[in-house]
Amino acid sequence: MAADLFTHVLRQGDRALVLSHRLAQWITHAPTLEEDVALANISLDLLGQARHLFTYAGELEGEGHDEDHFAYWRDASEFRNPLLVEQPNGDFAVTIARQVFHDQAAVLYWESMSDSGDTTIAALAVRARNETAFHLQHSAGWLIRLGDGTDESRRRAQAAVDAMWPFTSELLGADDEGALRADGLIGESIESTWQVAVADILLEAGLERPTSIEQRTGGLHGAHSEHLEPLLHEMQGLARAHPGATW
Amino acid sequence: MSQEHFDALIEADERIEPDDWMPDDYRNTLVRQIAQHAHSEIIGMQPEGEWITRAPSLRRKAILTAKVQDEAGHGLYLYGAAESLGTPRAELLDRLHAKTQKYSSIFNYPTPEWADVGAIGWLVDGAAIMNQVPLCRCSYGPYGRAMVRICKEESFHQRQGYQIMLSLSQGTPEQHAMAQRALDRWWWPSIMMFGPPDADSPNTGRSMAWGIKRFTNDELRQNFVDATVPQAELLGLTPPDDALVWNAERGHYDFGEPDWDEFARMVRGEGEIPDLRIGVRRAAHDDGDWVRAAAAAYADKQAARSAA
Repeated sequence: MAADLFTHVLRQGDRALVLSHRLAQWITHAPTLEEDVALANISLDLLGQARHLFTYAGELEGEGHDEDHFAYWRDASEFRNPLLVEQPNGDFAVTIARQVFHDQAAVLYWESMSDSGDTTIAALAVRARNETAFHLQHSAGWLIRLGDGTDESRRRAQAAVDAMWPFTSELLGADDEGALRADGLIGESIESTWQVAVADILLEAGLERPTSIEQRTGGLHGAHSEHLEPLLHEMQGLARAHPGATW
Repeated sequence: MSQEHFDALIEADERIEPDDWMPDDYRNTLVRQIAQHAHSEIIGMQPEGEWITRAPSLRRKAILTAKVQDEAGHGLYLYGAAESLGTPRAELLDRLHAKTQKYSSIFNYPTPEWADVGAIGWLVDGAAIMNQVPLCRCSYGPYGRAMVRICKEESFHQRQGYQIMLSLSQGTPEQHAMAQRALDRWWWPSIMMFGPPDADSPNTGRSMAWGIKRFTNDELRQNFVDATVPQAELLGLTPPDDALVWNAERGHYDFGEPDWDEFARMVRGEGEIPDLRIGVRRAAHDDGDWVRAAAAAYADKQAARSAA
């Protein structure tokens, strides 16, 4: 079944929310105070994007649901984020590798959406593109430093790239959004541009680009890894304990 | 540069800057105070940071993330101010991790419920503002200037805390009860944030003469109670003090005596929370060793490349 615009917007909102949550888990645990600030800042940008996307999803759906409905009152199987963003933080290298793959896709995605026939998304895309460009500068800068730092950091960075690589194909678009593309609501495929850009970053970092690793998919259709449910359990627990309350 | 010049600047209520001569005691007092303040900012991120992932709405999650991020930023300015007195951040962090320097004992109280996030913003940040606004006029320039920016952000923090308390107190009966429990937990600790009574505060006189401190502990404490009681009334919540009553003659609230033995226990770092807080800090620092080493190695390589 072809995905509608509502599903597309929900996928983007879930991606931003889940990654924002993962980054928030770093706060007070980062390697430097500067990184506490940076990771919190990126988390906050993604949260802002998620809130806009959920509000718009609610309008498209037309059932009176607000942003908090989508975040707090759906179970894991109803989430439509790519598997990459729900993967645990691991060490700093894993977080950075996950972020580089994500940020490069996000920059290209939002660039492609600035011409969307949907004016709400096109307007959001301008701001989101600028934010994600800063995120990419931060994450790619770190991957290069780790790859070209010490022997230990290089070993950890390569392990992280290898561990996150299987979750990258889902970042490059869903297999059921052809109709949206034909209607001019979403942009051209970002896959080839992403491959080239990521290869350049890995080259500068002196890291190997994984080749023969099998890709894992399913998140965009609600088939998640075992890591999403505990994340949602923590996030949703308080809100669900007080149905109908305002905060 | 000399004692005479220093005394003249203090006398004229002008700023001492990093390159000015200053007495060792002045420098040491400031390093100790600024470091303790910086440590308090970064340790204070923990009890609230733990609630970011559990915040009950996306709006609250965003506001709390921004607040905790501000606190990390405050830590950065303050460590910078301490560095201008010749003590590097790494050294101060080592002292924090070794428990040879303290942070505010207010962060050794538990935060078991969401309402604690509201109470911390309203009461703890409110008390911090009372303590810190006078520091904007601190005789040491870099500290005073850092405090100007910090106080602006703290007043946003206090407002968000009060808003949380307002939503809860006007919410469901369960939410209202949660707000009252948080007030019960945080009232006395906040009152004690102004430090021991003036009669038992040995450093106050010297710090006031040097223009580091501008009001006594008891003066600030009274200001805090006078400002906070009407705010509690507006929330429909009751501070846990039977002796609390308006004294028309004094034009101030009378209030009960805090449990100074408890205060002393908290300052000594008793209980399990101090180990927890320092443990989180040390783990973050130790786990980050290889990352900082990588950044340093990369910077060295880049410098060598551009020199070649």
